[in-house]
Amino acid sequence: MNFKTTIGLEVHIELKTNSKIFSPSPVEFGDQPNANTNVIDWGYPGVLPQTNKGVVEAGMMAAKALHANITKTQHFDRKNYFYPDNPKAYQVTQADTPIGTDGWIEIEVEGKKKKVGIAEMHIEEDAGKNTHNPNGYSYVDLNRQGTPLIEIVSKPDIESPDEAYAYLEALRQRIQFTGISDVKMEEGSMRVDVNISIRPIGSEQYGTKAELKNINSFNFVRKGLAFEEKRQQKILLAGGEVRPETRRYDEASGETILMRVKEGADDYRYFPEPDLPSITISDEWIKDVEAKMPEMPGKRRARYVNELGVTDYDAMVLTQTKEMSDFFEAAINYGADAKLTANYLMGDVNAYLNDQKMDLQDTKITPENLANMVKMISDETISSKIAKKVFKAITQGEEPTAWVKAKGLVQLSDPAVLTPIIVKTVDDNEQSVADFKNGKDRAVGFLVGQIMKQTKGQANPKVVNQILMKELNSR
Amino acid sequence: MTTENNITKADVAHVASLAKLKFNDNELEKFTGQIEDIIDMVNTLNEVDTDNVKPTFNVTDQFNRMREDVAVRSGDKEALLANAPDTENGFIRVPAILDESEEA
Repeated sequence: MNFKTTIGLEVHIELKTNSKIFSPSPVEFGDQPNANTNVIDWGYPGVLPQTNKGVVEAGMMAAKALHANITKTQHFDRKNYFYPDNPKAYQVTQADTPIGTDGWIEIEVEGKKKKVGIAEMHIEEDAGKNTHNPNGYSYVDLNRQGTPLIEIVSKPDIESPDEAYAYLEALRQRIQFTGISDVKMEEGSMRVDVNISIRPIGSEQYGTKAELKNINSFNFVRKGLAFEEKRQQKILLAGGEVRPETRRYDEASGETILMRVKEGADDYRYFPEPDLPSITISDEWIKDVEAKMPEMPGKRRARYVNELGVTDYDAMVLTQTKEMSDFFEAAINYGADAKLTANYLMGDVNAYLNDQKMDLQDTKITPENLANMVKMISDETISSKIAKKVFKAITQGEEPTAWVKAKGLVQLSDPAVLTPIIVKTVDDNEQSVADFKNGKDRAVGFLVGQIMKQTKGQANPKVVNQILMKELNSR
Repeated sequence: MTTENNITKADVAHVASLAKLKFNDNELEKFTGQIEDIIDMVNTLNEVDTDNVKPTFNVTDQFNRMREDVAVRSGDKEALLANAPDTENGFIRVPAILDESEEA
């Protein structure tokens, strides 16, 4: 029997606003526990929560970036459940009127492009944080309570673990370019819940799905789903039934492990939130937000190819993260050649990042310093060989122009300086001249090597070659 | 669940468990009757024809009462913690939680 897999993804993204979604407390991490809280965050009776306009705008940007329709009239709803990190005993979310509906993003798996639908996205508040302690107590920090989130729910279009991985990559990329979130799984600003079911090919009805919770990397999502696919197939092939379960991915064994069997649907008793007035979104407001939206990766990629002469592959790599793309553009704005800058970013810079396991913005390399180095290569102030040394210096935060001067690494291109050195070298190597006359090209290489030695590698090879050939031919 | 005032003891037990309340059998019996009466009363509203009435989400007629995204630190940390039943090192201390579902 062959099976068809259906995967759904629910992605929570933390929005990078100044203040919380319904209270003016700061959204900041690493502060003292409960320092960024007020009476609204604690759910005191009689408080007056107010919606943060910045969160609504961030939600609109997400909707636009994911080709979704923006809901014109929205209200919030209460989702009721008890947990110590949820002081009001309800979460304010959008159950009826999600801010965006019916979007899509394009993914690419093994060269094949596919549109994956997005059912809806809604804005809501995050809960606080519990720390469990083996001493019999749990500790609650409400700093995160009220941090704005957007939850993005895919349509059941994803049919393989690889497609799920590609969807997450594409989603992260597009959201990152809007600038509304850092979208970093390792820091919790992007969280992924997945569900997966399989059914025999030809069957109309979806199979029973299992949920995987709190997986902390895209790769684990892919591996967990691949394991689940096989586990469910084994059950069905043995004549069994897949149970509705919540499972977690175990990194050590690469397996998914049962957390609990779901009995009946969750009952959250949603009802409209009475404390927050509804929101209406005018066409004007949408236009305003559109004008504020940064350029999306696809457009940047096309512009790099069409206007800057970068190859399509290079443009694709450069636009994978906003950091890299912004860095590239900043360097170009300092006057560096686009193609050469692209080469350095994709080559030396990427190699350095991989080697140091660092993100670009955490290094000492600045767009200005890289641009100055590239400019020195373009105008032949330094050779590409010397540039290797200069690159090391800019990873240490050195300004390359001053550094090259101080180290005396400026390339010798002046014929007036080079000619006497070349003439003397030729004079000293009569045998090579004879070899050259006899058609031995190797003699030229030997002579260039000698000249390079005498100039400590700083002679401009192009200029050296020109003068040397003229000199040899004149003998 | 609210079909024609047919409230069962199981319904009441379910609602009680959602509210983290525990009742014995006598109490369940008693509350089932009481809740049935309440539902009956509220069901009177079903006699009103609401076919062409839009649902009400807010009773204030206000729209777009939003605040600009400006952060203000309350400075109320100590006062808020003083009202918590139990605290330690700036955290609210609660009895250990069995790992149910962590919502987001």
